[in-house]
Amino acid sequence: MDLLRFITCGSVDDGKSTLIGRLLHDTGEARDDHLAALARDSAKHGTQGEALDFALLVDGLAAEREQGITIDVAYRYFGTPRRRFIVADCPGHEQYTRNMATGASTADLAIVLIDARKGVLPQTRRHSWICALFGVKQVLLAVNKMDLVGWDESVFGAIRDEYAALAAAVGIERVQAVPVSALQGDNLTRRGGAAWYAGPTLLEHLEAAPVPGLDTQSPARLPVQLVLRPDADFRGYAGTLAQGRLARGDAVVVQPSGHDARIASVTVGGREVDAAEAGQAVVLTLDRERDVSRGDVLCAAAAPLPVSDQFAAHLIWMDEAPLLPGRSWWLRIGTREVAATVTAISHRIDVNTQAHEAAKQLVMNDVGLVKLSLAAPIPLATYDESRALGGFILVDRLSNATAGAGVVRHGLRRGENLHWQAFTVDKALRAAQKNQTPRCIWLTGLSGSGKSTIANLVERALVAQGRHTYVLDGDNVRHGLNRDLGFTEADRVENLRRVAEVARLMVDAGLIVLVSFISPYAREREMARSLFAPGEFLEVFVDTPLAVCEARDPKGLYAKARAGRIPNFTGINAPYERPEAPEVRLDTTAATPEALARQVLDAIGG
Amino acid sequence: MALSHLDRLEAEAIHVIREVAAQFRNPVLLYSIGKDSTTLLHLLRKAFAPARPPIPLLHIDSTFEFAETYRFRDAVPAKYGVELRVHVNEEGVRAGIDPFVHGVSVHTEVMRTQGLKQALAAGAYDCAIGGARRDEEASRAKERIFSFRNAALRWEPKAQRPELWNQYNGRIHPGESVRAFPLSNWTEIDVWRYIEREGIELPPLYFAKERPVVERDGVLLMRDDARMPLREGEREVLRRVRFRTLGCWPFTGGVESEADTVARIIAELEQVRTSERQGRVIDHAPGDSMEKKKQEGYF
Repeated sequence: MDLLRFITCGSVDDGKSTLIGRLLHDTGEARDDHLAALARDSAKHGTQGEALDFALLVDGLAAEREQGITIDVAYRYFGTPRRRFIVADCPGHEQYTRNMATGASTADLAIVLIDARKGVLPQTRRHSWICALFGVKQVLLAVNKMDLVGWDESVFGAIRDEYAALAAAVGIERVQAVPVSALQGDNLTRRGGAAWYAGPTLLEHLEAAPVPGLDTQSPARLPVQLVLRPDADFRGYAGTLAQGRLARGDAVVVQPSGHDARIASVTVGGREVDAAEAGQAVVLTLDRERDVSRGDVLCAAAAPLPVSDQFAAHLIWMDEAPLLPGRSWWLRIGTREVAATVTAISHRIDVNTQAHEAAKQLVMNDVGLVKLSLAAPIPLATYDESRALGGFILVDRLSNATAGAGVVRHGLRRGENLHWQAFTVDKALRAAQKNQTPRCIWLTGLSGSGKSTIANLVERALVAQGRHTYVLDGDNVRHGLNRDLGFTEADRVENLRRVAEVARLMVDAGLIVLVSFISPYAREREMARSLFAPGEFLEVFVDTPLAVCEARDPKGLYAKARAGRIPNFTGINAPYERPEAPEVRLDTTAATPEALARQVLDAIGG
Repeated sequence: MALSHLDRLEAEAIHVIREVAAQFRNPVLLYSIGKDSTTLLHLLRKAFAPARPPIPLLHIDSTFEFAETYRFRDAVPAKYGVELRVHVNEEGVRAGIDPFVHGVSVHTEVMRTQGLKQALAAGAYDCAIGGARRDEEASRAKERIFSFRNAALRWEPKAQRPELWNQYNGRIHPGESVRAFPLSNWTEIDVWRYIEREGIELPPLYFAKERPVVERDGVLLMRDDARMPLREGEREVLRRVRFRTLGCWPFTGGVESEADTVARIIAELEQVRTSERQGRVIDHAPGDSMEKKKQEGYF
C-alpha cells in the first residue's frame, strides 16, 4: 500500500471542507462518536439547517467554527484498500495564500474546487498558480454544486475546457475533471447525479493518480542532519536521503568542502543494509576521516551539485514585518542554516493575474522573484530538480518567526565565479602589528542623544593610548557612500547594511571602529553583530529620553520634524526599537560625557 | 523496492526526532507508557542506532496510572538502555487532589497539566517530544510538527509558524519551548500496523482479558485499587475488556473485546465504529475544549 498526499484548493463557499468531510465520512474514517459530535456541532454552528454540516468535521479551531471559514491548514487521514491518503485542507482566502503554499509544499496532487454556478474565478487561477509554483503538477478539477445547475453537462464542459487552458498557462501538467455534489456525495465515492458522466469518481481518480513521490533514479544526495559518535571508533552521518540510491562502496563527495570518500556502511534503523534509497532515514559511515557536519550534503561523486552563494528564487512572504532588500535573515535549506540577504526584488507577481510589477518590498502573502546572497557558499539544487533540497525558509533573526518560504530557480553566475581571495596577511597579523584587539563599537540612540560626542571622547582617549581607530558617523557617511539613500525603512536598512560591511572591513584591517548611527531597528543591529566574531562587537545604547533629546535639539531637527517638515524622523514619526541587551547602556541624564566615555573604555579594557 | 506508507511514516518520524536532537540543547521525550509513546521510544532508538539515544524520557506521573503500566514503565530503562525521569506534582498530592472528589477536569489540570509545566520548568527543557497524532482530535489536526510554545507554555493556534517541506523551525528565545510530534501524520491503525511489523512490546492492558470492571456513566472502569469508592448499586463484574488508550485509570474506559493479539486488534479496528478517544472522559466536554486545554499548556 502506498501513500498519496494531496491538497484541496477552493474558496470560502466552494464547499472544500464539505468535500473533505464527505470523503472522511464515506470512506468510514469519521467514527460514530465523531458523527455524534458532528450532529451536536451542526445544530450549534451548522450552515445546513437540519442536515449534517460535514465541513465541521474538518474546521477544528474555535474561530473557524464561529466564522464558518477555514483559517489554517488542517491535515486529515483516510484510506481505501488501495491507498492511504493525507489531505491538507487549505484556506482559500487571499490573506491565507501562505497557508496554501504550506499545504502545497508537500502535496503530490491538488483538488481544485470550482462552484459550477460561478465558473473559473480569479481565485481559481491564484490557487492553481500557487500549487504549480510549489511543485504540484497534477490537478483533479472538482466542479462542485452540480446539483444547483441541474447537472447541466454543457456547464461542466465549459468549465473543464476553460480550466484546461488556465492549467497550461500556469504550468499544471495533468488535469482530470469530475462533476460532483459534495453536499450530496455524488461522484465523490459513488456515482450519482448525472447520467451523462461515466468517468471515474473523485476517489477512484485519487486511487489511480501517479505518486510522483520519491526520486530514486537521480544522483544521490544526502543532507547531513547529525553526526553520531557513540565511541571513538564510530563516526556516522545521519540524514534522510533526498534523492537517488547509496550503496556500500559508492564514491561520494562532501559538499561544499569538496572532499571525496567512499561509503563504508549503510544503516537503516540500526540494521546494516547493502543500499538505501530516496526517502529513507539512514546512517552512513565513510572509509576515511573527513570533516563532515550538519548542513553538508553527501553527493554522488560523479554528479555533485554546483556550489554557489547567490541565487534567484520565487519567494512567498509570510510575516507581518515586510521583506526589505538588504535586511538579513537565517536561511534554512536542506539541513543547513546560513545568514542570507535579499539583494534585490526583481519583481512582485500579482497572485491573481501573475502580472509582474516593480516592488520595493514584499508584504505578507506577496510573491516575488528575488535575488539572495548568502554569507557562505552552499551546494545548490533548483526546486525543479529536487523539492527536498530546493525549497527553503527564511527565519527572522529577532522574532525567530518563519517569515518567508522560497523555491530556488537558478544559481547566479556571480556567486559561482566570485571567490574569496585568501591573503597571507590576515586580520590577526594586522591586529598584532598595531598591538591591539580590533573592535566594532556600535553606538545607537536617538538623534541628539549624544552618540557623536561620546564617540569623539572615546576615540581621543584611544588615540592617546596609541590605538588605531576610525569613527563612522551617520551624517558623514550619508554625504558620501550613502548619498543615494533616503530615510524610508527600506533605505535605512540599506544604509545600515553598508555601514556594517564597511565596519567589518575596517575591523579586518585591524582597527578599532566606532559606529555612531541612530540605527533604530533591532534587526539591523543584530545583522551587524552577526558580521563579527564573538566579543568583537559591542552594542552601546546611548539612552537619552526623547524629551531630553528634543530639548537639546542641537541641529534644530526636532523642531522641523514637529512642524511636519521632516518625514520619517526617528522618535517623532518613525520608530526606535530600544536595545534589549546591549553590552553597555549609557544614561546621559545621570553622568557627564567624560564619565560615559570611561564606561565604554572600561568595557573594552582600554 | 518502493517504500510502503509505513516506511515513509517511519522515516519522517526519525527525521523529526533527529531534528530535535540537532536543534535543541536540552530536549526530552514525554513518555506516557501508552502505545504511541512506546512506539516513539522504539523510533527514538532507531533514530540514533548504533549510538544510544541522547534524549531522556520523562513521565508525568498522575499517581493514578494503572498498576500494570507502572510495572511496564519501571522495566523500560534497563531493557532499552534509556534514561527515564519521573515527575509527580507533589503540591497536588499534598493538596489531596482526588479524582473521585474533584473530578476529571481538576485532577487532569493539576496532576497532568500543572505537573508537566513544573517538570518542564524544573528540567529547563527547551523541547518536549510527544506522541500526539493529528487524527486524534480536531484542533490537533491543525497543529504543527514543531509546535511553538511561548514562555507561559501556551499554544497560540492563530500564530503558528508555517511549516513547509521538512523544514522545522526550532529557533526560540530563552524560556520559550517547542513540542515536537513525530507521529503527527500517523493514524491509530498505522500505529498498530507498525507495532505489529516491528514486534513492539506493549503493556498488557491493550489486550483483551477478563478484568474486574465497574460500569459508571456508560463507561467501563477498571477499579485498579481501593481508592475508588463504589457508589450505591455498583459492583465489580468480570468482563473481557481491553483499553484503546491508557490514561488515568479512573477516567479511562475499557472496551469489551476479544482481541488479545496485535493482529486481532488490527482486525477489530478495521471494523470499529468509534474513535479511540471515545473512552476518555476528558474529551467529552463541549466543542473546542481540547483547543482550550492546549492553549493552557495541556499536552
